[in-house]
Amino acid sequence: MDNFYQALQFDFMRNALLAGVLVSLAAGIVGVYVVLNRVTILSGGIAHAAYGGVGMAYYFGFDPLLGGIIFSLLASLLMTMVQRQAKQRTDMLIGVMWAVGMAVGIVFVDKSPGYKVDLMSYLFGSLLAVSPREILIILILDIIVLLTVFALYRSLLAISYDETFATVRGVPVQVISLILTALIALTVVMMMRVVGLILVIALLTLPAAIANLFARDMRQMMALASGLGVLFTVSGLWLSYSYNLTSGATIILVAASVYLVALLLKRWLR
Amino acid sequence: MQNSDSLLSIRHLTAGYENDMILDDVSLEIFAGDFIGLIGPNGGGKSTLLKVILGLLPPLRGEIRVMGQDVRQGRKHIGYVPQFVEADRAFPVSVWDTVRMGLLNGWRLFERLSAAETERVQAALEQVDMLPLRNKPMGELSGGQRQRVFIARALVSDPKILLLDEPTASVDPNVTKDLYELFRQLNQRMAILLVSHDMMAVSSFTKTIACLNRKLVYHNSKELTAEMLDSVYGCPVDLIAHGVPHRVLPAHSEHSHG
Repeated sequence: MDNFYQALQFDFMRNALLAGVLVSLAAGIVGVYVVLNRVTILSGGIAHAAYGGVGMAYYFGFDPLLGGIIFSLLASLLMTMVQRQAKQRTDMLIGVMWAVGMAVGIVFVDKSPGYKVDLMSYLFGSLLAVSPREILIILILDIIVLLTVFALYRSLLAISYDETFATVRGVPVQVISLILTALIALTVVMMMRVVGLILVIALLTLPAAIANLFARDMRQMMALASGLGVLFTVSGLWLSYSYNLTSGATIILVAASVYLVALLLKRWLR
Repeated sequence: MQNSDSLLSIRHLTAGYENDMILDDVSLEIFAGDFIGLIGPNGGGKSTLLKVILGLLPPLRGEIRVMGQDVRQGRKHIGYVPQFVEADRAFPVSVWDTVRMGLLNGWRLFERLSAAETERVQAALEQVDMLPLRNKPMGELSGGQRQRVFIARALVSDPKILLLDEPTASVDPNVTKDLYELFRQLNQRMAILLVSHDMMAVSSFTKTIACLNRKLVYHNSKELTAEMLDSVYGCPVDLIAHGVPHRVLPAHSEHSHG
């Protein structure tokens, strides 16, 4: 513990903590929609497709985070269309986009000149390497996610609960679903820095799944999920620093352990 | 047929697929005060007709108007009570917030309830005797209680027509009776179209009966005629087979129940 406090004197550690907390807030809120709307696989697909943008950004020499944002937004648009049009083929098409996105990224990285080790950080996350610039991008994305959810809370609730009824009430279900998928995309890109795209799904769903066991309404579930996300990120970071482990994987294992305990607790409470 | 107080007008409606017609030349007018029980066999087109009425499925041919408007505009006058909601019981939403969904209309950003709207939510919950449970999560309610909340959600927009899809499918017989008593009260304020395969309940509580099996037979009366039996083959079979009490087939006797 002392070690961790000492470490907080370093800029990189404070940056890591700040980025982790900011990302956890958005992940908790958006994760609630992912869990309630059962779009975990779609979110995984978007995360992996985003890697195509990261690779392209490396090749053309612009910010990989920006490349990730562009690619994930495109992927979310495409996947929403696929989900609306060809219901029975959804899983296969998501799987294809998942892999093709990755493949595009890998090929572009192959063709990029120079030192590439940093790319691993997008796969497995590297909270300790987050730059102030990236924190600024994460902060902006956070604000976008929060404002949108705040503005559309009732419509999103209705669509998640009973899409047919929302349609009949004249709620623009398709547009709002698209906005929701875009929010998932933005959140997933933010999270890539924290836990890496391979582990994104876990940090997106585990806090929300735990919150779902105890929350009485969606707002409560969001608050609880965000709080848990912050807790997992901070404690995971501390553990990873103390025991010299990969931060992303440690965070996920903390979250998964708490989920297991929560499941048992819920059963025991009955 | 005069059209002055027609709330819902379906004319020569055909729906389904070109080579698999689910609804064939269906016509139906619903007027203020109507309480129509729509029966028919599974696969007879009941849910397809509902989808068309709610503007979820465009018809192949024919016309459908709600309050004189195209369904996509007119459907705001319909209070829809689905058989199931798409979410499961673990979905965290309170009774109050569920009923509030009935007030949604198009884009509403940063939605807050006005005092008048709060009153409407309250009144709708009171109407279905669920006001004391307004803060409960939906997942903790019984089947009958959930159904009442969905009815309140439909009532809160002050509909002209109440559209009930198998409202008693997941509740026990005692609750069924209570629900039908509630529908009878609501019918004093709005027309009701009730879709059900519960022939007994439909025949004893609704004002008129329509039979749907690809084609619709409706005479604006409560009697099941021989013509209905013939043209809608399969539809009233279990009715005949089981001899439901309170049910009168004019071919057998003339007396009617209360």
